[in-house]
Amino acid sequence: MIGVGKIKQYSNVLDKPLSKGKQEVSLSAFAFLFSELVQYNQTQVDNIAELERRLEDAGYAVGARVLELLCHRDKGNRRETRLLGILSFVHSTVWKVLFGKVADSLEKGTEHEDEYMISEKELLVNRFISIPKDMGTFNCGAFVAGIVRGVLDSAGFPAVVTAHFVPMEGQQRPRTTILIKFAEEVLRREARLG
Amino acid sequence: MAAIYSLFIVNKSGGLIFYKEYGSAGRMDTNDSLRVASLWHSMHAISQQLSPTLGCTGIELLEADTFDLHCFQSLTGTKFFVVCEPGTQQMEGLLKHIYELYTDYVLKNPFYEMEMPIRCELLISTCRRPYRRIVLRCWGDECTLNFVFCSFFPPVH
Repeated sequence: MIGVGKIKQYSNVLDKPLSKGKQEVSLSAFAFLFSELVQYNQTQVDNIAELERRLEDAGYAVGARVLELLCHRDKGNRRETRLLGILSFVHSTVWKVLFGKVADSLEKGTEHEDEYMISEKELLVNRFISIPKDMGTFNCGAFVAGIVRGVLDSAGFPAVVTAHFVPMEGQQRPRTTILIKFAEEVLRREARLG
Repeated sequence: MAAIYSLFIVNKSGGLIFYKEYGSAGRMDTNDSLRVASLWHSMHAISQQLSPTLGCTGIELLEADTFDLHCFQSLTGTKFFVVCEPGTQQMEGLLKHIYELYTDYVLKNPFYEMEMPIRCELLISTCRRPYRRIVLRCWGDECTLNFVFCSFFPPVH
């Protein structure tokens, strides 16, 4: 039979590497599911801030699980303990698993020491979404912000994470920036570690 | 040279949910465009009933002296039609392409209410581009609009 002998035999199931999982998911299926998620949450809320919070909470659960899975699969049950380490983990590893690419950029806020930004020219969840004018600055990227918060929080870096549209020159569509504001204790700990 | 004059999307009950003009002359006001949309919707339905062939899905092409009207109806009954210069080719492909854009940018948008007018920025902005590209690719240049809609309803003598 073709392929026999190529598969390494493991005596113990625990020695077997964790499968990479299916790398590709239908974008349409995801877009419809996400659209339904937003629509459902819209029926449950009175205002936009509440909707944003609910989307973020939905993302939080994803983030917590993603961290668990990736630490086990890619890092041999270790997780990042330093600020920049965890940020680049989110920016590259998490982004790659969730969206198939690394995020467009990771920057440090210029005004505040505790702020970091992950920017994405076209966030996958926003690909097909047009925000009505009466919803103001609402951004469905709140879901992704929730994921980021979930990852950071579970890794011991409590932070406030929000998603914003940032207009770009010469581009019709604004880019989405995920703003991460770390809690004071995180920065204090970071300073102590040197 | 050939050009597209306008694009309509009509919901399954005959209401105009999207209308866009390409060009400056021969503009139609809102009432006229609504009228044309519902008129076409009814004509389309009647043509299905009158057609001698079995399983007819309605008019696909209407040829007039001053314009052609190409129509595409999706399985759910939403109609897409373009009004273009007589003899313009490849309109079926264009309509399929618009249908694709509609399914992407309208139906996958959580803020769109079914059967309601389309206000999705993304569709509006992408619609602008593909047309230009298709028109340019096929004919090298976009021509000016010289479309008199009155010819749709010939004067009675």
